[in-house]
Amino acid sequence: MSEHHFELDARRMLCPMPVIKTQDRIKTLAPGDRLKVICSDPGALIDIPCWCRIHGHEVISSDTTDRIITITIQVG
Amino acid sequence: MSQQQRKAVALISGGLDSMLAARVIKDQGIHVEGINFFTGFCVEGHTHAIRQKDRLKQKRNNALWVAEQVGIKLHIIDVIEEYKDIVLNPVHGYGQNLNPCLDCKIFMVNKAQAWAWMEENQFDFIITGEVIGQRPKSQRKETMPIIARESGAEERLLRPLCAKNLPPTLPEREGWVNRDDLFDFHGRNRKPQMALAEKLGFSEYAQPAGGCCFLTDKTYSSKLADLWQSRGERNYEFDDIMLLKVGRHIRPKPHYKLIISREEGENHYLSGYRKEFISLESISCKGPLALLDGVPRDGDIKQAASIVARYGQGRDLTEVLVEVRMKDGSVDELRVKPLSSDEILSSWYV
Ligand code: SF4
Repeated sequence: MSEHHFELDARRMLCPMPVIKTQDRIKTLAPGDRLKVICSDPGALIDIPCWCRIHGHEVISSDTTDRIITITIQVG
Repeated sequence: MSQQQRKAVALISGGLDSMLAARVIKDQGIHVEGINFFTGFCVEGHTHAIRQKDRLKQKRNNALWVAEQVGIKLHIIDVIEEYKDIVLNPVHGYGQNLNPCLDCKIFMVNKAQAWAWMEENQFDFIITGEVIGQRPKSQRKETMPIIARESGAEERLLRPLCAKNLPPTLPEREGWVNRDDLFDFHGRNRKPQMALAEKLGFSEYAQPAGGCCFLTDKTYSSKLADLWQSRGERNYEFDDIMLLKVGRHIRPKPHYKLIISREEGENHYLSGYRKEFISLESISCKGPLALLDGVPRDGDIKQAASIVARYGQGRDLTEVLVEVRMKDGSVDELRVKPLSSDEILSSWYV
């Protein structure tokens, strides 16, 4: 099975824009693909996992370094 | 033959009413999904994200949170561009401030409908948490049919919380939902909603009936009106309306204003705009970052520097060194005397 890795730069965007961008991008991906979202609004730490839970995607990892948040999602 | 499961799209604002409406219909066996529109004016998150003192508070998006509580999917749609026309040219006018609530409702139901009837979605009807008499302008008995008609949703628009006060809609007449199990709420009294929330086991919800967007805010609306007046045209870009949410806005002259940060988080946010605006910051002592919006004329930058110095720790000194950074990155330093509080005229505050 081939899964693909993608990246989305949502830095400087304020919520809910990072969620909207994540949602729109995931629509174009296939189950099993991974999307790494990079953002700077700490609200994304709550909203992106919440959005993933209600849509059946999985947050694989989440990390914050120097105000930059990286969330990796596996498409469900 | 088993009956086809009907599908409803629920407008989710993040408040209690839309949460109850979605849940009530879901409990009737309807497949419900939520839709939420991001206009750029939504109160959600931004100011929290920007202001340092609020960064520690919970910053959840209420619409997403509601969707999770109800157990439905939520689709968030960016309508920033299209929404401009609603703010700039509302057919039904404004509410108390620059809130075009009735046009906004019509617009949102219409957008929800366009999404719902799409080939890949195929929903049967739309639900909202509207309650007759709850809002003076947009939620009155007379406005309910206007929204249904002008949005194009007509009788596929169901308001579960006040349905019994309105003629039966298609989902009720067709028996997709049971009208007897809907409600007859009306007026500004929130007790029936709270009782229903309790009955359904919702112990937590966003503050009832709170304004869901900045346009209902008096100060915000006056900043927006000032922006239009100073530019000589009623228009805005996304960054304009975001910046109206940040900092102190001071307009010493009709052709320029200063956006002065009030704390570290805002400083950080405004610093992201240094390529789009002239920026000023006192460097001989700690002080805020300010953006200059407009085209300065002779003497304006010096005046701006004296104002900015007033809001830093050097406010009582005779001289403060202020760095002025142009959009191209070139930097100048100005020695200025901070203005006294009397010299900052109250009419300058936007
Ligand atoms: S408060 Fe704002 S978002 Fe809510 S209906 Fe009025 S204009 Fe629309």
